[in-house]
Amino acid sequence: MSIVKTKNLIYEYLRRDEEGNVEGVNRAVDDVSLQVRQGEFIAIVGHNGSGKSTLAKHVNAILQPTRGTVWVDGIDTSQEDRVWAIRQRAGMVFQNPDNQIIGQLVEEDVGFGPENLGVPTEEIWKRVEESLRAVGMYQYRSHSPNRLSGGQKQRVSIAGVLAMRPQCIVLDEPTAMLDPSGRKEVIHAVRELNSREKVTVILITHYMEEVIYADHVYVMDQGRVAMEGTPREIFSRVEELQKLRLDVPQVTLLAYELQQRGISLPQGILTTQELVKALKRQEWPGAKREDAPHTDADSVNVSAILEEAGGTQAGEEAQYGTDH
Amino acid sequence: MLRDITLGQYYQTESVIHRLDPRVKLAGTLLYIISLFLFENIAGYVLGALFLALVIGLSHVPFKFMVRGMKAILFLLLITVGFNLFLTPGETLVRLWKLTITREGLHNAVFMALRLCYLIIGSSIMTLTTTPNHLTDGMEKGLRPLKVFRVPVHEVAMIMSIALRFIPILLEETDKIMKAQIARGADFESGNLIKRAKAMVPLLVPLFISAFRRANDLAMAMEARCYHGGEGRTKMKPLVYRRRDRLAYLCLLLYMGCKVAVGVLL
Repeated sequence: MSIVKTKNLIYEYLRRDEEGNVEGVNRAVDDVSLQVRQGEFIAIVGHNGSGKSTLAKHVNAILQPTRGTVWVDGIDTSQEDRVWAIRQRAGMVFQNPDNQIIGQLVEEDVGFGPENLGVPTEEIWKRVEESLRAVGMYQYRSHSPNRLSGGQKQRVSIAGVLAMRPQCIVLDEPTAMLDPSGRKEVIHAVRELNSREKVTVILITHYMEEVIYADHVYVMDQGRVAMEGTPREIFSRVEELQKLRLDVPQVTLLAYELQQRGISLPQGILTTQELVKALKRQEWPGAKREDAPHTDADSVNVSAILEEAGGTQAGEEAQYGTDH
Repeated sequence: MLRDITLGQYYQTESVIHRLDPRVKLAGTLLYIISLFLFENIAGYVLGALFLALVIGLSHVPFKFMVRGMKAILFLLLITVGFNLFLTPGETLVRLWKLTITREGLHNAVFMALRLCYLIIGSSIMTLTTTPNHLTDGMEKGLRPLKVFRVPVHEVAMIMSIALRFIPILLEETDKIMKAQIARGADFESGNLIKRAKAMVPLLVPLFISAFRRANDLAMAMEARCYHGGEGRTKMKPLVYRRRDRLAYLCLLLYMGCKVAVGVLL
């Protein structure tokens, strides 16, 4: 069953000049139809201004479509009297962690959502504990949010949404303002939620590294869905991605460049380990595999460098939780 | 660092007074202030002082913290004493050039000063033993009856608690903007008052813009989490009166009774 569904969604807003006169109409989202099934991990990527955040805000009924329809769990988001039901089902995490934490203590912030829903007190405490444990922030429950790191704050925000028991979480560039370690923390937490708690995740991002864990990827450009498919399918189309001004993960790019130089590799390599494995399987021209690094001038030491790089990167990926 | 500032003047320690329901403390402070202005006799003041001393003793807050609150009103205190001392007509005690000190004036000045001191110390006990957060909660629940008169009690409490949450964030931001402006040659320290005030403009404009942006973001985040006013909202930490709160109310009533009795009988 689909938890989120959009049909021919169009969102337009008026462009105004400095005096407030209407200059024209901007179409931020242009005829988007998509379907998200229960339990899926969806990624929406796109360049700045591609309409991905605008699209995300429709799922939570913060924005209403100009034309077309959005359904959340079968409820049409244009039904004004159902707006709280929709927002309970589809929680939303925003970019800036400071601007979405309301409580003065971590636990109070997580309890804010359930309080609004009118959940009885004992049940709120239960939910707060569960949600904080799910994102690994339980030991910080009585801290002030001001003293947490960016990654920790975002995890608190996720817990705050989780405490409303949503079926679906929309994360609107949750890692854009974080440092690399904070990004890893947050993505790890999100993947845990998806795999353990079976929460549907819609992740809006422009970091391509975060996309590789998704079940399905939508690439947006100028309000339209430009590409869609599994991460592997998407990343095998390196040239198209580059035309959309999107970065490809470095490993994928390296594999692509190697392919261009005539080394036959499978399409859409996503992790360092995959590339190392594929390269090891290679028949190196003019040499036995063992001494390959030292023979050909064109493919100098690729294998050795990658082994090394693979060593360090594998560690990082373990932190992301690739092993699960 | 700026983010370590403490808000209000809460003094962290364990005591009966700290654990009391904020509503008790709010009501208590109000009653105490009223009691100060009820009757004017020495026994009443002694009673007030005794009660205050008892509460201070129970609160485990060092006395110097309460005196610290007095500094802020020292000027007000001096003016009050001065006016009372010199401008009350009556039986002349001392005559200094054109100013005369009367017996009534002296009496009024001393008691007015005492009243003000009691008042400040009494209310600072409340702020020293209650976190701003608790105080807001107490106000929201304690003032709920005012809803009948369309006073937006919940909204005001929500605004206060959000303000409290954002004060450290905005302070930090001010610090950042200031450093950025200093790095580009802004001068916040030299010049006269007007010059310095003018130098604040490039600081305040970005701060205001950012505050509005934050407010907008926060409003959206709150709505996304189903915030729709105080209607049908439950509390994670509801205020419930316990035995000690009822006892405290009893003590308050007892104090008021004594005060009235002393005032009427003497």
